[in-house]
Amino acid sequence: MRELMGIRETYGETLAEVGAENKDIVVLDADLSGSTKTAVFGKKFPDRFFNMGIAEADMMTTAAGLAAAGKIPFASTFAIFATGKAFEQVRQSIAYTNLNVRIVSTHAGLTVGEDGGSHQAIEDISLMRTLPNMTVLVPGDGFEIRKMIRAIVDYKGPVYLRGARNKYPILFDDKYEFKIGKAVTLKTGADATIIACGFMLSQAVVAADMLKEKGHDVGVINMSTIKPIDKEAIIDAAKATNAIVTAEEHSIIGGLGSAVAEVLSENHPCFLKRVGVRDKFGKSAPAMELIKQYGLMPEDIVAATLDVIAKKQ
Amino acid sequence: MTKKNAVELREVAKKIRVEIIKMLHCSQSGHTGGSLSAADIMSCLYFNEMNIDPKNPKMQGRDKFVLSKGHACPVLYATLAEAGYFEKEKLSTLRKLGSTLQGHPDMLLTPGVEMSTGSLGQGLSAANGMAMAAKLDDSDSRTYVLMGDGEQQEGQIWEAAMTAHHYKLDNICAFVDHNGLQIDGEVESIMGIEPLTDKWKAFGWHTIEIDGHDVEQILGAIKEARDTKGKPTVIIAKTVKGHGFTFCAGKVGYHGKAPTDQDIEEGLKEINKS
Repeated sequence: MRELMGIRETYGETLAEVGAENKDIVVLDADLSGSTKTAVFGKKFPDRFFNMGIAEADMMTTAAGLAAAGKIPFASTFAIFATGKAFEQVRQSIAYTNLNVRIVSTHAGLTVGEDGGSHQAIEDISLMRTLPNMTVLVPGDGFEIRKMIRAIVDYKGPVYLRGARNKYPILFDDKYEFKIGKAVTLKTGADATIIACGFMLSQAVVAADMLKEKGHDVGVINMSTIKPIDKEAIIDAAKATNAIVTAEEHSIIGGLGSAVAEVLSENHPCFLKRVGVRDKFGKSAPAMELIKQYGLMPEDIVAATLDVIAKKQ
Repeated sequence: MTKKNAVELREVAKKIRVEIIKMLHCSQSGHTGGSLSAADIMSCLYFNEMNIDPKNPKMQGRDKFVLSKGHACPVLYATLAEAGYFEKEKLSTLRKLGSTLQGHPDMLLTPGVEMSTGSLGQGLSAANGMAMAAKLDDSDSRTYVLMGDGEQQEGQIWEAAMTAHHYKLDNICAFVDHNGLQIDGEVESIMGIEPLTDKWKAFGWHTIEIDGHDVEQILGAIKEARDTKGKPTVIIAKTVKGHGFTFCAGKVGYHGKAPTDQDIEEGLKEINKS
């Protein structure tokens, strides 16, 4: 078992670090600063921290106004509210205007756990990646989100970063290099390639090890930028293995699986299987029980991979 | 810019009105009534009050204006052209392919447009963000925002009203263009907003009621807003939709209808006589 590292905790710490370095950074939260961990920044820089109350629509457009005036706003709340409740504000005031607002959510996906389906965003990647100008990022571990936060400070245009409630297994270290739009190959393999993001990246790594034991040489790619997606990495993997599996803690409609399928079908059609939430809402339960219930375990990735390998033969 | 006096501001408002109906006649699409009702307010803001430089639209420390009722952009475009942000000839390209003058304001295309708007209810939040930034920068920059009265039905307006009060944004001055009509009919019959002034008072704002076509009253209210410290000010401006032309004044049908050939002929005659 790998050691765990907090996603939101690392976000909070890193935000306070970059906030000390760059006085243009301002932070907005909608009464969830204790959960999203923006409170760490708020405590250090109270003048640059705005709690907007339970008013996500107002928060997003206010962030746009701050960005229009030259600030670098980070706006945080749970993924469902950031992208769902305030979708139209994000579209009109942030994406349409191409402003430098950084929407960093937490509590995306099923791993929200006990709060249940109302709070588990399984469609946020889909909603954000359909917006012109929007960059969409999904960190695979704590070290990656640390690098991501630093990378988006000076980046031009709006960004959605999908964070999480739960701690993730550590996959990288401080030497890890993150570049927006660049996929990272964790492991190459001749039989199939698993393309994963977020929490499912660590599940994919376990799945690849299980497949190795079964005698299959399977690669793993971290697709932590969903948009702009690294087409070259996807096409290269398809050419090399002719069998792709995607894995995401998100609906298979509109998320990473769809994005990969779009690239493949237009460039290099090959056997594809998508592991993700299959057009269902979440439920209340401990996070890992839900991951099992919804078919997001390494065993599920293994089964999908064996399926595409069998098909191509 | 040099400040114009009341007589000159009335003349500027007249010029803005002429340009509004001309450009809408040209595009044969757009919002006539709600553009005309705001012409006097716009004249006062851009030609007397605001610290701006049309030759340097991004000037540091400038005052800002957000047209929350974005569909009324013909009044904004006519005002910006009159102020010199771009040539008046551009106005005839309104809503046409390749034009910098979109059907609703686009800050990426039009010099002087501080925020893209069009989806109602968002302008005050954006203006609040600008006002917060000015406070952080210790800047004297003030932010003006013009809302519609039908727009008061949007919930986000009241979220933003709380924010401006909570953060003591006395550098915000909001207008409500209270012309009493919205696209489906009279505001009070569609979804009543009264007592509007009491609502804003209850949200902690300093409120001023004026005749939105009386230049002296507009200027007085703007000054009072500037002198009000510790809280934001809203100016409820009673106006007539389509003001200035008999063909559209007070007519709900001209919310989203452009002037006809006959309208423009009669309208230009009428305004030249006034």
